Amino acid sequence: MALPEVQIEPKKTQVSRATNGRWAGYWALLSARMKELWREPEVIFWVFAFPLLLAFGLGIAFRNKPADVTPVAVVKNSQAQNVIDLLQRSPAKNAIHADVLDESVAFDRFRLGQYALVVTADDNGLHYRYDPARPESLLARTQVDDALQTASGRTSPLKTETTQSSEPGARYIDFLIPGLLGMNLMNSGMWGIGFAVVDMRQRKLLKRFIASPMRRTDFLLALGSSRLVLMLIEVALLLGFGVLVFNMKVEGSLLAILLVGALGAVSFGGVGLLTASRAQKIESVSGLINLVMMPMWIFSGVFFSYERFPQIIQPLIKALPLTALNDALRAIILQGASLSSQWTQLAVMAIWGGVSFVVALKWFRWS
Amino acid sequence: METAIRCRGLTKTYDGKVEAVRGLDLAIETGECFGLLGPNGAGKTTTIEILEGLLEPTAGEVEILGMTWQGHERELRELLGISLQETRLSEKLTVRETLHLFGSFYRHPASVTEILEELSLTEKADAMVGKLSGGQKQRLAVATALVGDPKVLFLDEPTTGLDPQSRRQLWEIVRQFQRRHGTVLLTTHYMDEAERLCDRIAIIDHGQVIAAGTPLELIAGLSGHHVVEFAVHSSNGGGDEMWARLPGVQSVRSEDGLVSLRVDEPHHTIPALLSAVQMKGAQLVHLTTRQASLEDVFVHLTGRHLRED
Repeated sequence: MALPEVQIEPKKTQVSRATNGRWAGYWALLSARMKELWREPEVIFWVFAFPLLLAFGLGIAFRNKPADVTPVAVVKNSQAQNVIDLLQRSPAKNAIHADVLDESVAFDRFRLGQYALVVTADDNGLHYRYDPARPESLLARTQVDDALQTASGRTSPLKTETTQSSEPGARYIDFLIPGLLGMNLMNSGMWGIGFAVVDMRQRKLLKRFIASPMRRTDFLLALGSSRLVLMLIEVALLLGFGVLVFNMKVEGSLLAILLVGALGAVSFGGVGLLTASRAQKIESVSGLINLVMMPMWIFSGVFFSYERFPQIIQPLIKALPLTALNDALRAIILQGASLSSQWTQLAVMAIWGGVSFVVALKWFRWS
Repeated sequence: METAIRCRGLTKTYDGKVEAVRGLDLAIETGECFGLLGPNGAGKTTTIEILEGLLEPTAGEVEILGMTWQGHERELRELLGISLQETRLSEKLTVRETLHLFGSFYRHPASVTEILEELSLTEKADAMVGKLSGGQKQRLAVATALVGDPKVLFLDEPTTGLDPQSRRQLWEIVRQFQRRHGTVLLTTHYMDEAERLCDRIAIIDHGQVIAAGTPLELIAGLSGHHVVEFAVHSSNGGGDEMWARLPGVQSVRSEDGLVSLRVDEPHHTIPALLSAVQMKGAQLVHLTTRQASLEDVFVHLTGRHLRED
């Protein structure tokens, strides 16, 4: 018996087919990238928690103590009490803390840095033991001598008046926060792009992507955009932290800060892409990334001013993208500088980012 | 029938010396499942990647659906579904997110829900890719190729390393795709896979097609498409020439004491074999007969096994 043939139409021809717009791939790539980042606990730690911990630790260690107290040792002898009495009478008595100790103990502790100065009083007068290489020791000698002389009746021939002034942005934490922000933008740009690209290449995911109709420019744009989104969070976190925890004052415009941050993020994204343009293995790109970042950690004035390096290498230091980023961030955040006044720094970043990106595209291997 | 994939004189030379593909011609019809069968290193992956437009051939022409890679890359990409050997998809995305991502690259993607259903991944839709089993990962890899609703599906070693059940599931997926008039090109070094799944096969060795046709044609092409395998215990070792003289024997191979005779008519050969053994005063310890397989075809053509391991 012949059964009548029943033609079952495949249902997909019935349903009106979905159509993707020009940017569907870009948005899907960006959203996938953000989800991956968000689901990677290490990323959350290194990008967000680590710089905050660093800022907190260094901010505490180098906080400005209210009126530094100078620790002074007075060698125990018949005249020691005299010295103590004089210090008590001096106007600087709150700034100096004096202990009476046996000579050997006093010298030992001076050597260990517990005391900035050792005072020995005898029939010939006062004898100061200090270390000219230690700033606090030098200061203590002047301070204690001044206090003792004044208490003994010395008058100043010149009338003086002083005003205390703490410039905003002069504390170490104020110097540190923009530097950390710059370093963080470098770290996350280099790792966020470089590591991700090589990881995808090693997984043959890049090759799989280009086997589909994905536009290669969409892929690179999405990577770059994910950096910008992260940059916003990084800037907000570090600046917010500085303002809330350390009462930091942001002088410049927020828009200018974000624009500089965006240029920095994109610039390091370009350098990261170049670093990762050919590497086949995670191990080799990790080495490369560290090699590229190392000079900038040292020279670009993250933790201390690069002015300390010899004059002759200053132009080289200023040509580094992180130096440019840190300088621009500090000028805008601490001194309220305008964006246009930072054009050299902006140009340095743009050149690094632009040249790296173009070379990276030329060298880039998708498989 | 229309030709979906055609290549002529395909050659690929690496670094100017290693010849991975040496003058390869293929013509694959629309709607058929075509298999490239060959041992590891035969040039299967190089061939399929050239056809997929991922590798530039050193010489030769490729035409897919009447278009070339030079002129129509974007159009072709929209029409092909490709699953590479060993792609490790992002582990931190879910199955659904991965399919949505790949679907977003196509102008007219298939419905993610339907693809999930079709590949029995619905239950795992919201599981992270990193948590999937090997078979599920491989199904997802094929799903990323199907989500573009392709006309031609390329699968490079789709079942390597999978358990038998996962392999059969994948075969079923390929057949479903074919039922919708899709064309499939796959590479494999499993002869049973080629035999059961493929309409036609090209056997590839050292970068060349050494035989092509339907599995049945290839096997029938062997003079002697039955195989008699046996082993004997004997003190005086009579050599292979003795077995070759038996009636109807086309070829003799012996390996580790097991002798294989390719014969046309086992009912003539076996009685003669038994009496020959008896006359020799030897003892038969093993005797089977079976249909010749693609493996025998490969052994006949190259003197080697498909999987030398």
